Order: sequence, then C-alpha cells, then structure tokens
Amino acid sequence: MAGRVNLSEKDLALKANEIRQDVITALVEAKSGHSAGPLGMADIFTALYFKLLNVDPKKPDLPNRDRVVLSNAHICPVLYATLAQRGFCSRTDFLKNLRKLGHPFQGHSNNHFDIGIETCGGPLGQGLSQAVGMALAARMDGAKWHTYALMSDGELDEGQSWEAIMMAGKERLRNLTAIVDRNNIQIDGFTEDIMPLEPLADKWKAFNWHVIDIDGHNIEQFIDAVNEAKAIYEKPTVILAHTIPGKGVSFMEKHFEWHGKPPNKEEAEQALQELRTLRGRIKSEHE
Amino acid sequence: MAKNLFLNPKVFAADVEQIPTRNGYGDGLVELGKEDERVVVLTGDLAESTRAHLFQKAYPKRFFECGVAEQNMMGVAAGLALSGKIPFVSSYAVFVPGRNWDQFRVSVCYTKANVKVAGAHAGISVGPDGATHQALEDLAITRVLPNLTVVVPCDYQETKKATKALANMKGPAYFRFAREKTPVITTEKTPFKLGEAIVMREGKDVTIAACGPLVHQALVAAEMLKKQKISCEVVNCHTLKPFDEATLVKSVKKTNACVTVEEHQIIGGLAGAVSETLGRNFPAPIENVGMPNSFGESGEPNELLEKYGMTAKHIMKAVQKVLKRK
Repeated sequence: MAGRVNLSEKDLALKANEIRQDVITALVEAKSGHSAGPLGMADIFTALYFKLLNVDPKKPDLPNRDRVVLSNAHICPVLYATLAQRGFCSRTDFLKNLRKLGHPFQGHSNNHFDIGIETCGGPLGQGLSQAVGMALAARMDGAKWHTYALMSDGELDEGQSWEAIMMAGKERLRNLTAIVDRNNIQIDGFTEDIMPLEPLADKWKAFNWHVIDIDGHNIEQFIDAVNEAKAIYEKPTVILAHTIPGKGVSFMEKHFEWHGKPPNKEEAEQALQELRTLRGRIKSEHE
Repeated sequence: MAKNLFLNPKVFAADVEQIPTRNGYGDGLVELGKEDERVVVLTGDLAESTRAHLFQKAYPKRFFECGVAEQNMMGVAAGLALSGKIPFVSSYAVFVPGRNWDQFRVSVCYTKANVKVAGAHAGISVGPDGATHQALEDLAITRVLPNLTVVVPCDYQETKKATKALANMKGPAYFRFAREKTPVITTEKTPFKLGEAIVMREGKDVTIAACGPLVHQALVAAEMLKKQKISCEVVNCHTLKPFDEATLVKSVKKTNACVTVEEHQIIGGLAGAVSETLGRNFPAPIENVGMPNSFGESGEPNELLEKYGMTAKHIMKAVQKVLKRK
C-alpha cells in the first residue's frame, strides 16, 4: 500500500510480534548475525513502517518518500523483516536467505538492491552524517520529506557521531530526527562500563538538539515523540528510546552476550514459543 | 611535441605562465555552479586555500562549512549525493582521504554516492609545512577503492577540465592538486577525456609515464635527452583509475622501457598502476621517480623535489638507467 498505513495500537503490537518471530526464524537459518538489537527495535520499526513513514513498496525510489538511515546496520534483520512485512521484498525470501550469497539481505544493510534501503552501513558512526546530508538536501529543495537516523547507543563512542550531532545543531535541521536505541549494551559489556555515555540527554541538549526520552517498547509514546519532533521548530530532535535488548525472548533479554550471535535450533524454538504466547496475550489484552 | 594537442607553445620558455592547479578547481567549480544547480561544495575549514571560497562567494546557499570534522563531512556529502546533489568535498589531501578513508570507502564508494573529493596541497611541494602536511600516500589509498575514479591533473587548465568532467560523470571520484604555482602545459583547446592518457610527446627509446605537475619535468627531461639522441615518449597518465592500459602498453611495446614520474610514494600510486599493467600485458624494465618510501620534511618546494629526487635531472638519470636494462 502506498503512502502511510494506519494500523491500530493492537495491530501494531501484533505486527511487531510477527516481525520478532521473523527475525528469529531468519537468524536461525542464517547461522550467524545479531539477535538482541533487532528484537529490541522491533516496536520502533513497526511504528515507523506501519504508521509514520510515507513510503511506497511498489516505488522504493518515490521522490518524496521519507528517508530512513540505519546507522547501526548490524541490526538489519529487523529492517529486512519489517520491509518484507510491508511488501518491499518477499518474506519467504528473507526468511531463507539472510546473509546468503547473491541475496539482498546482506550481513549489514546496503543500497544495492531495490528494496527500499537508502544507504550502506556497518562501520559505526557513519549514519547520522549521511542523514544530515539528506536533511540538508531536502531543505535546499524545499521538500517535505523527513529524515530518520536510527542509531545505537554504543556507536555514540565514535567521534564522528558527535561531529554530525554538532553540525545538525548548527544547521538547525528540524527535518531530521535521530532515534537512539538506548539498550545499554555493546559487544564487550554494558555501555556505562565500556565508555560511559551519561548524562546522555544533557549531552545532546548541549549540542542544540531537542531531546525526548521514551520507553522504546511503548508504541504510543514513540508515535507521540515523532509527532513532537516534527512540531519542534528550528532544532533537530533525538528520541532516546530506552529498550530492552532481546525484548520478547526471556533468555535473551538484557544479556549482552546476545548482541552478536544467533539462536541455535533449540533456542529458536523456545524463542518462537515465547513470542507466540506473547501474541496470544496481546490479542486477549485488546479484546 | 605531439600535434593536435594544442599544448602551450611556451611550455619550455623560462617565462612560462605558472598557476597553481588548485586555482583550476576553484574556477571550474564557479563555472559548474552556473551550469548545474545540483552542484554543492563542502569544506572543512579550508575554503580559501582549496579555492572553494570562490564558489562560496558565488553560491553561498550551496556551500557548506563543516568545520574541522572531516569524517562527518564525507558522510554529509554522501547524504547529499544520495538525495540528488553533486557534492564536491574540499580539503587537504592529507586529511581527505587521510582522516576519513573509512567514510570514503563505505558511505561513498560502497553506496556509489555521486561524491567528488578534492585533495588540495598534495605532494611534497607543499613545502615548509613539513611531513605531516605533505600528502604522499593519498593515491595508494584511493586507487584501491572499488567504484572510485582517481585523477591527477597536470596543470591549471587540466584541473579545470577535470573538475567539470567529474561533475558530468556519475559516481565517486577523487582528484588532487598542488599548492604551488606550476607551469601551464596545456591550453583550453587541449583535449581531455577521463580515463584516456595523453601522449604529449612521441618517441621510440623509452616511455615516460607521468602524472600531475611533474608532467612538466618529464617534458623538460625529454627535451634535454633529445640532445643526447635519446627519444622519449611522454605519456600524461592523468587518470590513475580506471587506468588507460591500452595507451601505456602500446607505447611500451614500441619503446620497451618505462620510467614513472609522480609526486607520491613510489609504492601504490602511478608506479603501482604502471607496474601492474605492464606485468600483466607486456613485461619491460621500469624505473621509478617518486618519493622513496620516506616521509618528507620542511623546506622550499624546489629544495625538497631536489633532495627526494623528483626533478628533470632525476628523470634523465632514471631514463639512462632503464635504457641499460633493455
């Protein structure tokens, strides 16, 4: 469906649950890849692609489409799963061919295939700069589209992230929204042990950004935050989305060991069972 | 000298006109700004010395001052290009690509973003600023990047033509300029096509493959060697990537010997491209004039070129050496 789709709160929660299941299914088939980040960001991706973004699966290069830059591209399984659910590519193709030779579902997302991915990522800290460039281009053209930069908290260790934060503040890019997955983990451990980021909100504020802290699993809060971001005049906005890495799968939640590995078959079965139970609960809660 | 190239008739005169190649960039950008609204220019606190300030003055709304933050600048350029603009990133070659090679690799080359990267103050002839500011490795680290076009213009006119040609070509590119005034070898009428080396002087005993302002020294060396009855063919290899293998191989098949000339480390730049090409197609003796695996130091440009062996005299020696190996 072209343009925006408008799912109800219940349907968004169910969609996020489906996307989580697809992430697990694809990862177990791929035998490598990242688990915690994709599960943690499933609610936000769902809200973006099934509520907020102006995009068209039939025309991935629609000129006035909203732009999504995935900077921490290792969480691409959730991007692929969401794009597949939204109709940009075949869902069965994704479930079978994550990280496989010759397929669009590369280990880190890239723009070589016509499935609605704007750019390439991998080495951390590069996405926000690209998003700044896109937002500048939109402003020069008087275009209405909005640019979203999705980032991890760990990649805020990169100096380039702060260079980009500085320039977006200087340029007062109101058409740019950064979304930080504040899940507190990175490869070697907890962010506050590896390289402390707090007081994180104050840091962004000091660079002339509008800052909104939210529960990254509360879809309603996220939608409100995006609407607030768009209403803020003369400033870019960052949404610090507090998420639980591995969300929805008990044994993965909050464990940094799950940052960079996929579940094996047994683990995947347990994960899918938990997610299916959760699905039943979402359904009954909304009845 | 080759006919139909309309080279500067005063190329060997003592009072040959001298202009820094970076001025060709600045003037080319201003012309491009008028011709194509998509052209935008970025700099990292180096507007005037890269000559990007000329564009800034003419088209302030299409100019972005990024501050001393080269990694971000490269990414911003990628984002602009992915949204339909034609960005020119202007800095010193030691910083760009020196400080943002990963951003160049991933955000620009891998995405195939239509970004043009301009490295000013390249080579040892930047002089008194010393080793840290003498870019002698930039060609090695760019030539290796997939999807990238790499150009080293020989003079003011060729730089201006290259600036415009790169804007009209789709895809990422890197090109480098010198700070100092250097002789103007070509004229407005001299043909220039990306990827096509120019045989500037025909000869039969040895091929001198040169790039950048040192093409002038190669021509001077060839003129002097003529008096010793040595006939040199001088090829201006302005495009290092994609490298014009056919022109080089055709020349060396005739001469059976080659000398490379560049203001860059002998490792990985033009010498690399020539050796790889001849190794694959027509093995022949090669001698190299360039930076001999060393950092530079402070000094006047001419003193440095003399000390590190990149003058017409050194080219003549290299020719004599390679001829003995034939």
